[in-house]
Amino acid sequence: MFKSQALPEFLASIDTNKCIRCKRCIQNCGWSVYSWGGDRVQIDTQKCVRCLRCYHYCPVEAIEIKENDTRYRANANWSFYNIRNLKRQAETGGIPLTGMGCDLPYPILFDNLLLDACQVTNPSIDPLREPMELRTFLGKKPAKLTIKKDANGKPKLKTKLTPQIELAAPFIFSPMSFGSISLNAQKILAMTAKERGILMNTGEGGLHEDLYPYRTNVMVQVASGRFGVNPQYLNAGVAVEIKIGQGAKPGIGGHLPGEKIPLEVAKTRMIPTGTDALSPAPQHDIYSIEDLRQLIYALKEATEYKKPISVKIATVHNVAAIASGIVRAGADIVYLDGFRGGTGAAPAIIRDHMGIPIEHALAAVDDRLREEGIRNEASIVAAGGIRSAGDAAKAIALGADAVAIGTAALITMGCTVCGKCYTGNCSWGITTQRPELTARLDPEVYGERLSNLIRAWEHELMEILGALGVNAVESLRGSRERLRGIGLDSQMLDILGVKPAGR
Amino acid sequence: MNHDYQKDIAGCGLTGLINKKKKPIDGSHIKKSLSLMNDRGNGLGAGYAAYGVYPEMADCYAFHVMYDFDSSRMEAEELLKANYEIEKIEAMPTKPVKEIVISPLLIRYFLKPKKDKITGDQSEEDFVVKTVMQVNSEIEGAYIFSSGKNMGAFKGVGNPAEIADFFCLEEYEGYIWTGHTRFPTNTPGWWGGAHPFTLLDWSIVHNGEISSYGINKRYLEMFGYKLTLLTDTEVVAYLFDLLVRKHGLDIGMACKVLASPFWKDIDKMDAEDKEIYTALRQTYGSALLNGPFSLLFGHSKGLVGINDRIKLRPLVAATKDDFVYMASEESAIREICPDPERIWTPRAGEPVIVDLEE
Repeated sequence: MFKSQALPEFLASIDTNKCIRCKRCIQNCGWSVYSWGGDRVQIDTQKCVRCLRCYHYCPVEAIEIKENDTRYRANANWSFYNIRNLKRQAETGGIPLTGMGCDLPYPILFDNLLLDACQVTNPSIDPLREPMELRTFLGKKPAKLTIKKDANGKPKLKTKLTPQIELAAPFIFSPMSFGSISLNAQKILAMTAKERGILMNTGEGGLHEDLYPYRTNVMVQVASGRFGVNPQYLNAGVAVEIKIGQGAKPGIGGHLPGEKIPLEVAKTRMIPTGTDALSPAPQHDIYSIEDLRQLIYALKEATEYKKPISVKIATVHNVAAIASGIVRAGADIVYLDGFRGGTGAAPAIIRDHMGIPIEHALAAVDDRLREEGIRNEASIVAAGGIRSAGDAAKAIALGADAVAIGTAALITMGCTVCGKCYTGNCSWGITTQRPELTARLDPEVYGERLSNLIRAWEHELMEILGALGVNAVESLRGSRERLRGIGLDSQMLDILGVKPAGR
Repeated sequence: MNHDYQKDIAGCGLTGLINKKKKPIDGSHIKKSLSLMNDRGNGLGAGYAAYGVYPEMADCYAFHVMYDFDSSRMEAEELLKANYEIEKIEAMPTKPVKEIVISPLLIRYFLKPKKDKITGDQSEEDFVVKTVMQVNSEIEGAYIFSSGKNMGAFKGVGNPAEIADFFCLEEYEGYIWTGHTRFPTNTPGWWGGAHPFTLLDWSIVHNGEISSYGINKRYLEMFGYKLTLLTDTEVVAYLFDLLVRKHGLDIGMACKVLASPFWKDIDKMDAEDKEIYTALRQTYGSALLNGPFSLLFGHSKGLVGINDRIKLRPLVAATKDDFVYMASEESAIREICPDPERIWTPRAGEPVIVDLEE
């Protein structure tokens, strides 16, 4: 029997004294780690991804999933994962795939930023006693308003605003397609978006008919594969997003294998069952900025100028100039996806080595749009590594109108960020189309959990605003005066536009 | 963009009065009212703005300038002479006050822009604003602290009575007066840092710390304003300038930007008002002044008093005959108007707008 030289990452073990042979672990594991050996559960630990589904469903706490203590000889240069990946590549000749966002220890600048709070010279505000406003609008804003009084002295608005999306709080869900995630997972996003007055995003997989009841809280996406795109789809949601790139895999397209394309996915994507769904690396009708402009306006025509158009890009080195071009091309929203952003499937080599973090990109884009006097022309959505309401507040202070969360939302559904989304075996029923697995994800139960999360973040953001002594989120937006950097060099502070702590 | 600045923080007391029929009154009243609130300041800054004080020069811009060095004066005057017809240059009248040991050189200019220097679609006001920005941000040691017509600002380091005496305020007569005493918490007194802040004929005296300063500043910078003083009050002055002079909103609407109604109240408005107030917040969210403030905004046609939208700083208003008074404390009003016809506390975010009668 072939035994891989790539050491198992995890050791699954069952205490046979505790085990009651209920076989729930066998039933729950999507990766077939467990099998029945006649009198006991057998374990193939090489397959274990440590998603902990089995642990949670073991009624007697008999299961333990440990780090594999058997390591290659310690070496500061050649890490366990360097060696393991080389062995995997040597055995397969392939490109190792991965899921979720980059897990390497690059600096996380959110952790080097601290928020201000009020003491003495300005009072903090108690959000339990005073109004605290999170309402946010995405879309192009005019530079100025013209208001004239009529003969009776009543003011009349002469400036006509372009369409705006109203959010009850500055959070939206990142695009995650039906195909990459299950329909139940999409339903959870849609139900929560509707309940909390925010948005979910279809991703590039079209909009399943079951989600039409939630259309007032849906942004539909048009990506390079054009899956599921037709006039009805474009007009189904409240906004249309053109996906140029994704933070986890800038510059490359997508590949949803035929195994993840059962009938419902196929119908929604408008492709045959079981065929690979390939999203080309570029949009083949966008080879430059003028082409993007044409697509933006084609979509505006198709939606009769009633919906804002968002353009989503991965944050790459020259992101500020690119974003400026996107705004000048007519986009109403610029969605910046930082390099730590998640993915359903990406080559690890791309995910782990390309792009720049959202903190740098966001600061650079907000600065550039202000320098050019066009910051009002588009809203900025920041994504790619938002882990808490604290990150969200810091992103807003750096200049984001709203933040998008993907991984954080999936975690409420059971996800443990094991990073194996691309296998289609997700034991939690999230990133899989296997019916026996997707059936586990109850939209009612997990919809409530995701709503709880959003509600909790709303409260946390209100507490932060109150401590900052402001009672509307627009007073934090772009207010970098309320941020201080710790452990950052002066050039980094300059890029972020924040002062060091102590000054 | 410069982000590494040290912001100036201060608490304060303020007072103001207006005679709607433009009856001139001398500076002793405002001094008396403000001096009652000495405990709201710490002697590190006081100042006054007065309207109607230069009737004989009413068609000239009156620049009040502080110079730290002779070289600053030479450099600034070179720029002024190149761009303006100068009707009069004089040292500002002052008298020695024991407590004021040191003061900058204070020069007053009455001038008109040279027509041929105003290019493109620039208005005369734009041209003057540009000069003020240029001198204040580029010439070291020079600071134009007053630049309107038939009005002037008088300010410095000292308590209210000392500054009023130093500038001989009792010899001026005006129909709108505002005054301010300051309690800076982090900066030693700088003459330019005292209130009021002015631009053209706008003047602001302000009590509070604007917690949204960071975004207000960056928003104004997008429209070309240079914020050199790093005080909240400067932001207020420029926001009024942007909203009223540049964008053409009336003062009432501008106040609804600076202290916007809450969404819960906007949601209850009729469709038309709801559309207007929603659009105001969508468009001017970055101009919302958030955090505690009360301020008096003087201009050539009137006086406005306003609080932040949850009233975190005091403001009291009163009327008597043709006078309207506004101050941080009722006592400051009663000190000069013992028997007001009406005295009230304006509600949070609701401006008191007083216009001069034509």
